[in-house]
Amino acid sequence: MSDPLLSIRGLRAAYGDVQALDGVSLDIADNEFFALLGPSGCGKTTLLRTLAGFETPTEGTVTLAGEDLLALPPHRRPVNMMFQSYALFPHLSVERNVGYGPARAGAPRAQIAQRVAEVLETVGLSGVAGRRPHELSGGQRQRVALARAIVNRPRVLLLDEPLSALDKRVRSQMQLELKRLQHEVGIAFVMVTHDQEEALSMADRIAVLDGGRIQQIATPEQLYRWPENRFVAEFIGESNLFSAADFDVDGSYVVVRPESVRLVEGAGLLRATVLETQFVGGTTTLVAEPRGPVTVSRAPVLVRHGGFPAVERGAEVGLAWDASDMVVLR
Amino acid sequence: MAVKQRRVGWLGVPLAACLLFLYLPIVVLVVMSFNASRYALNYRGFSFHWYGVLFRDGELGRALLNSLVVALGATALATVLGTMLAVGLVRLARSTVLDAVAMSPAILPDLVLAIGLLATFAAIGVPLGLGTVLIAHAAFGTAFVVAVVRARLTQLDGSLEEASQDLGAGWLETFVRITLPSIAPAVAAGALLCFTLSIDEFVIAFFTDGPSTPTLPIQIYSRVRFGITPEINALATVLLAISAVTVVIVARAFRRTETDQ
Repeated sequence: MSDPLLSIRGLRAAYGDVQALDGVSLDIADNEFFALLGPSGCGKTTLLRTLAGFETPTEGTVTLAGEDLLALPPHRRPVNMMFQSYALFPHLSVERNVGYGPARAGAPRAQIAQRVAEVLETVGLSGVAGRRPHELSGGQRQRVALARAIVNRPRVLLLDEPLSALDKRVRSQMQLELKRLQHEVGIAFVMVTHDQEEALSMADRIAVLDGGRIQQIATPEQLYRWPENRFVAEFIGESNLFSAADFDVDGSYVVVRPESVRLVEGAGLLRATVLETQFVGGTTTLVAEPRGPVTVSRAPVLVRHGGFPAVERGAEVGLAWDASDMVVLR
Repeated sequence: MAVKQRRVGWLGVPLAACLLFLYLPIVVLVVMSFNASRYALNYRGFSFHWYGVLFRDGELGRALLNSLVVALGATALATVLGTMLAVGLVRLARSTVLDAVAMSPAILPDLVLAIGLLATFAAIGVPLGLGTVLIAHAAFGTAFVVAVVRARLTQLDGSLEEASQDLGAGWLETFVRITLPSIAPAVAAGALLCFTLSIDEFVIAFFTDGPSTPTLPIQIYSRVRFGITPEINALATVLLAISAVTVVIVARAFRRTETDQ
C-alpha cells in the first residue's frame, strides 16, 4: 500500500486489569471501506473510540495523513463518528442536527443551509428537515446520523455498529446504501461490527480482532479462503477443523469449508453417519457424526451441497475433499 | 389521563379518610383566616379584617422580603453549584462515595447542619445576618439540586455529548448547547425544590440568622409564642395560594417540554 491515510502503530489500552488493545498496528488507505470485526470485548470499539479521541491509549501512535492524531482533542480531529445509538440531539430538528458540525466550524449561515440540504438529499431525507428525531423511523434516524457525520467531510468516517439497531429488512437495504454512499463521497470508512455477514458483504478489507490483538487483516475473500489461525477459521463462516496429524500434513490444524466436502462412494477421507439434513432452499447442509478422525471441538462435520438432500438421515457416507480446498494452519 | 374509571366501592372510605387527614388542617387554616374573632381558635363569623391587618403589617412585610432575598439568593447559588457538582460527579468522578458525600446535607438532620454552620460562622468570625442564612440555605439546597440533576444526568445518553465534541464543539460549548438543554427540566425542578425548602425553613435560619433581620418563619414563630392571631392564618392562606399557582404553572411548563422531546 502506498502511503496509507491512517497509520496505527503498536496501540495499547487498558481498563483496569483488562488489556483492551494489546499492540494493534494497521494501515488504512484513502477511500477504503475497512471493517473491524470481532466478538464483543475484543477491543474493536476501544480502537474506534481511540481514533475519535474518546479513549486515550497507554502506548502507540496514530497518524492521519502524516499528522499525529492522538495529539488533538476530539473536537479538533478531522474524523467524524456515527454512534451506535445515533446520538441525535433530541431538542434539535433534523436540519439543525445535521448543521451542528458546520455551525461549530463557523461556516456562514447560507452555506450551512446549502450543505445541509445537499447532504440530506444524498441520504434521501429532504422531506423531513424540519422534524425532530423522535418523529422519525429507525431507518430515517440512521440516515440523519449518517448525514450529520459526513456533512463536515471528514478524512475518515468512523461507524460504530451502524446497522445493529435496524430490523433485518431495512438493514440489508442500508448495507447497499452505505456502500454506494462510500463510493459517492470518497471518504475512508472504518466500521466496527460483530456481524461477519455485514463485514464480508461491505468491507474492502477486514481486521479480525480477538483479545485486543489483530488476528488477521485481509480482504473478505482471503479471510474466508485463507484463514491464518484457528480463531479466524472458526469465527468467519462455518468450518470443519481437524487436527493436522490426522491427515498427515505439517502444521497444527486443517480447515475444510462445508461446501468443499463431497459425498463419495467408498471410504473417502473419513466415514460418517448423517445425523440431520437441513434443506434451506437452493442448498442442503448435512450434519454428520465422523468416525475415525474427529473434529477438534468434537462437533459434527458439516457438508454443504446444492439442491435437495442427497442422502437420508442415518445414512453411512464417505466424505472427501480436494487437497487444494484444505487450509493448513501453522 | 384517559384511564377508565373503575368502581371504587368500599375503598372510598379509606380514601376519604386519607384525604381528610391530609387536607383537614389546610381547610381549617383557610376558614380561620376569614375569622372575625381576635383569636385564631374560635370562629366568630366571616371577615376580610385580618387580610387588611396583614397587608398593613410592615414587620411581616419586611420578614417576607428577607425570606425572599434569602430564598432567591440561595436558589441561584445552589442551582449553579449543584448543577456543576452533578455534572462532575456523573461525568468525571463516578464514585459512589463522592455521590453520598455530595448529597448527605439533604439527609442530615437540620439541627446537625444548623449547629455546624453556626459553629463554623463563629469560628471564622462571620457576623450573623441574612448573608449567613443565605449561605446556609444554599449549602443544603445544593445537595437537593445535585440529587435531582444527577438522577436526570445518569439517564442521559453520554454519547450525545461525545457526538457534540466529535462534531467540533469544545466541552463548554457542548455543555451549553447539548447537556444543559437536556437536563433543563431537572435543573428547574431542583431550583424550585430549593426555593420552596428555603422560604419556610426554620431550624437552620433560627441558628444562623442575626437578631435584626428575621426571616418569615422566625417572625411568625416569635409571634405565635404570644398567641396566634388570624393574621397568621391569612398570611398562610396567601402563601398557599401563591404556591398552588406556582405548582400549576410549573407542571404545565414541564408537560410542554416533555411532549417537545
